[in-house]
Amino acid sequence: MSSRALIPLRFSVREHPILSLVAARVAISIPILFVVSILIFAATEVLPGDVASAVLGQSATPSALAALRAEFNLDQPAYLRYIDWLSGVLGGDLGTSFTSRRDITETISLRLGNTLVLAAATAIVTVPAAVFLGILSVYRHNGFLDRAVNAFTRATVALPEFFSGYLLIFVFAVTLGWLPSSAAVFRDMSPGARAVALILPCITLALAVIGHITTMTRAALLNVMSSPYIEMAELKGLSRWTIIRRHALPNAVGPIANVVALNLAYLVVGVVVVESVFVYPGMGQYMIDAVLRRDVPTVQACGLIFSVAYIVVNMLADIFALIANPRLRHPK
Amino acid sequence: MNDAPLLDIRALSITARSASGPIRLIDDVSLTLARGQVLGLIGESGAGKSTIGFAALGYLRPGLQVTGGEVRIDGRDILALSAQDRSRLRGARLAYVAQSATAAFNPAHRLGDQVVEAALAFNRLDRSKAKKRARDLFAMLELPSPNTFGERFPHQVSGGQLQRAMIAMAMCTDPELIVFDEPTTALDVTTQDEVLKAIRNVIAASGAGALYISHDLAVVARVADEILVLRHGRAVEHGATRAVIDTPREAYTKALLDVARRGGSRSPEAGSTPSLLSIEGITAAYRHGGTILHDVSLSLPEARTLAVVGESGSGKSTLGRVVNGLLPPQAGTVSFQGRTLAASLDKRSRNDRREIQTIHQSPDAALNPRQTVGSILVRPLGFYFGMTGKRKQARINELLTQVELDPALAKRYPAELSGGQKQRVCIARALAAEPRLIICDEPTSALDPLVADGILRLLRELQESRGLSYLFITHDIATVRAFAHEVAVMHLGRVVRQGTVAKALSPPFDDYTGRLLAAVPTLDNVS
Amino acid sequence: MRRLRSPATVLAYIFLGLVFIASVGAPWIAPHGVSEIVGRGWEPPSANALFGTDTVGRDLFSRLIWGAPVTMAIALSATLLAFLLGGATGMLAGLSRGRFGMLLDRMNDVLISLPTLISALVLLSVLPRNTFILVAVIGLLESTRVFRVSRALAAELGAMEFVEVARLRGENLFWIIRAEVLPNALTPLLAEFGLRFTLAVIFLSTLSFLGLGIQPPAVDWGSLVRENKDGIVFSVGAALIPGAAIALLAISVNLVVDRLLERSAATRSGR
Repeated sequence: MSSRALIPLRFSVREHPILSLVAARVAISIPILFVVSILIFAATEVLPGDVASAVLGQSATPSALAALRAEFNLDQPAYLRYIDWLSGVLGGDLGTSFTSRRDITETISLRLGNTLVLAAATAIVTVPAAVFLGILSVYRHNGFLDRAVNAFTRATVALPEFFSGYLLIFVFAVTLGWLPSSAAVFRDMSPGARAVALILPCITLALAVIGHITTMTRAALLNVMSSPYIEMAELKGLSRWTIIRRHALPNAVGPIANVVALNLAYLVVGVVVVESVFVYPGMGQYMIDAVLRRDVPTVQACGLIFSVAYIVVNMLADIFALIANPRLRHPK
Repeated sequence: MNDAPLLDIRALSITARSASGPIRLIDDVSLTLARGQVLGLIGESGAGKSTIGFAALGYLRPGLQVTGGEVRIDGRDILALSAQDRSRLRGARLAYVAQSATAAFNPAHRLGDQVVEAALAFNRLDRSKAKKRARDLFAMLELPSPNTFGERFPHQVSGGQLQRAMIAMAMCTDPELIVFDEPTTALDVTTQDEVLKAIRNVIAASGAGALYISHDLAVVARVADEILVLRHGRAVEHGATRAVIDTPREAYTKALLDVARRGGSRSPEAGSTPSLLSIEGITAAYRHGGTILHDVSLSLPEARTLAVVGESGSGKSTLGRVVNGLLPPQAGTVSFQGRTLAASLDKRSRNDRREIQTIHQSPDAALNPRQTVGSILVRPLGFYFGMTGKRKQARINELLTQVELDPALAKRYPAELSGGQKQRVCIARALAAEPRLIICDEPTSALDPLVADGILRLLRELQESRGLSYLFITHDIATVRAFAHEVAVMHLGRVVRQGTVAKALSPPFDDYTGRLLAAVPTLDNVS
Repeated sequence: MRRLRSPATVLAYIFLGLVFIASVGAPWIAPHGVSEIVGRGWEPPSANALFGTDTVGRDLFSRLIWGAPVTMAIALSATLLAFLLGGATGMLAGLSRGRFGMLLDRMNDVLISLPTLISALVLLSVLPRNTFILVAVIGLLESTRVFRVSRALAAELGAMEFVEVARLRGENLFWIIRAEVLPNALTPLLAEFGLRFTLAVIFLSTLSFLGLGIQPPAVDWGSLVRENKDGIVFSVGAALIPGAAIALLAISVNLVVDRLLERSAATRSGR
């Protein structure tokens, strides 16, 4: 609408409570991130005894233990090591692996990219599909299509990734032979081969989130569809499609965005299992290996990165929901 | 052109599907409406008023079904049309004004866009013409700065303005039939007055026919040419407004009129008694928000009723919360039987809590749905008096009898009772504590008029037999006149007038009280 | 009743019944011992081994039965722990105004901002891997989610006027929770219990699948997937059977919870 542009845009925090709300939401995340870093560090300190003996096992000789303690400064008090660790992390130095003695930042930077590609590829396909399915099932509410979508989402939300992953491999890779069973990618692999290798992991990951996004989109829309202003729109004689598009969707954007973000955050974490199933060289598999070997510095680094991603995506979701609220966008 | 009436409903029956089989909502109702005519539909909740209003627009709420009859617009049965044709007809020629404009406007769009939406879709108006029409309507409805009013969002204007904007939305397509469904019920009385005037002007100017639905006879009487009284989905009485009001034929109509006329009836004697409750200089605020009460002082004599009357936002309910201790005030004191009460509930003695009881507006929310009436009543008996066994049982029977309920109801759950019965249970629960003072927070405003009248009569009898005092919070002047000895008029957190009902509600008035009283619709000022 | 149980719900009840029987009577039902070698590795299904044999020739069907009590007991204990912890603190936070409630809220804000699987991985990188620790870790992490639900329920019910009446009477917080709030929160809490139990089953199975849960020679459904996953590429579907059992368990519980919610919604509106 042309007249909308004529209204002068002024952004002062007082007149736009939305800015202060967004600022407040960001501000909350900072202490949370800080506390989370403490928790991750402290969680690895809870073991009775110490990390060194856990890593080297029961049979470790006293001199080997002493050497490891000296190498990783384990004799210092915990708070000093935390300060050391955090200042390193903030400067981009994630430390050194207990077991491989390699620089963690270097290893992670290779694998983080792979993980992000997998999560992003899944999100790009899944989110529009899921939202569309949700809208469709509201358009055909209680019809055959709605029921079919419902049955599909109910089945998928309960599937563990390791089951759907192996099922897909069994059917499409082993039995039909259409796709590779492993998603091991190499640096000099062609983009085409890379994409083909990603198909099954992406579908597996998509199955893990599509049901939830679809159900919640449908629920958010149906919730809005029971509002009096929707009845008013029907009494105005508008068609169901116009009503959904113009009157229901704008009011459901907040909750839909929220559930999408929640699932994006889940994607970042869900890759852990999928990477393990498909032997995909990402952060998730790296972290699992580190946990199995009790490689504490690597676990801390991976845990921190996953948590930060999760917290930031959730924060963005809340901010989006704030912006989507017309009451806040256009204050009195 | 044919001579068929604008709206002709013939022998209409509508049922609702439910778990226990179909329920008949509308039973063989017929009515006709000509252009330029206003027909008032009157009835209590569940009488089927709104269902008929929707049916006149060819619309049924989900789960409803027409089981007989016809709805004709200009002689054409609209229920026989295809869904698409019906929508088109509705959009182009019919219009609806809902009870709550706050709920009926989409919060995501500007008012102007919503007002012209149907006109753009069905009247083939281009956008600039539609906008012009909206601006004219805003001006006619006396909305502030009509040229830019449409740029605002629903939450940016007041309730009364929004209600008028919804009338503009209905008028924008220049409809031939408008259904007004309790369009002023959600408004304060002074706002209601403005909106009623706007509705009358608009109908007169447009020449459309209108159905005006309300539970309030006095309101309908101000706008309708004819009145149709509905009860349990059936037409009880139909006639010209004046005739129905002056010479009702049916007992039910007479009862409704009696209750509506209560405003003129006797108010109780005001003889002086010693003070039971006295409130001194109360200033109070909620944790986040401005000051609600400013320096409020009041006094309630023993065995008397002090009505605190005001519109929403006047602070009347907050005052109740200060007295019962839920909201400790920032300044001032509450004295009860000559002693100063602790400000906060936690510091009051069990006996202080027992002697001051509270009855809420909505009995649905005030009764735990998972407890039987018996167990709801038994708790205060054990808690305050340590009663056990047979004595408790006898006392429950006694309490239920006192509030005119069958003692057998003790085994029922609240969901199995009617609204009036539930409110009686709440009264019985208050009585179980054997209080001296009961704070009644709008105890009748969620109830139908006849039921509300019964509750007021019960409260009065209890007052006479047990010397109870009531702090009676209400927005309804008629109830004050009928029920209270003393009254305090509140406006924006201050007491603007107080005294005996006879004195305080007679001229000369202060500004606000004058406006408030003039705005109250009564059956005597029907034009 | 509007409509009879759907066939899917009936199947769900039957499957849950079978899992229950297996959980209680594993030693009497299982045709073979848990570590008993009955043939060569990855034999196809036969009368001797109903679902075939596993990677080293043990009867997969028997191992599935032996795994049922482990999966069920740990998931159930973890869910109970989550409800005792999260349910109680959530109720307190939802009803008590003031510092204590605020403190609980802030604590939960931090814990809930962490992804559960990642937190579990961090904890399990240093903790000993045994049943007790598994129950504690899963229960603790899930309790943050239970806290949120229970707090919201308590806050919603606490704003109801019948709770205000109890406060006015002078009832203490515990009486209000027990008599006024809990009876009204029971259905949603029960539904949440079902949901959390499902998630606990998947959580446990995932950890076992990753090698961080149940350790050999003990066996649960997740570790059965792990043991047999290498067969997939040789088109041996042994890993799919325990995987399917986990999925079926989760779907069945969800269906039963849906029924429960539907029925309670029907009784509420039907009256």
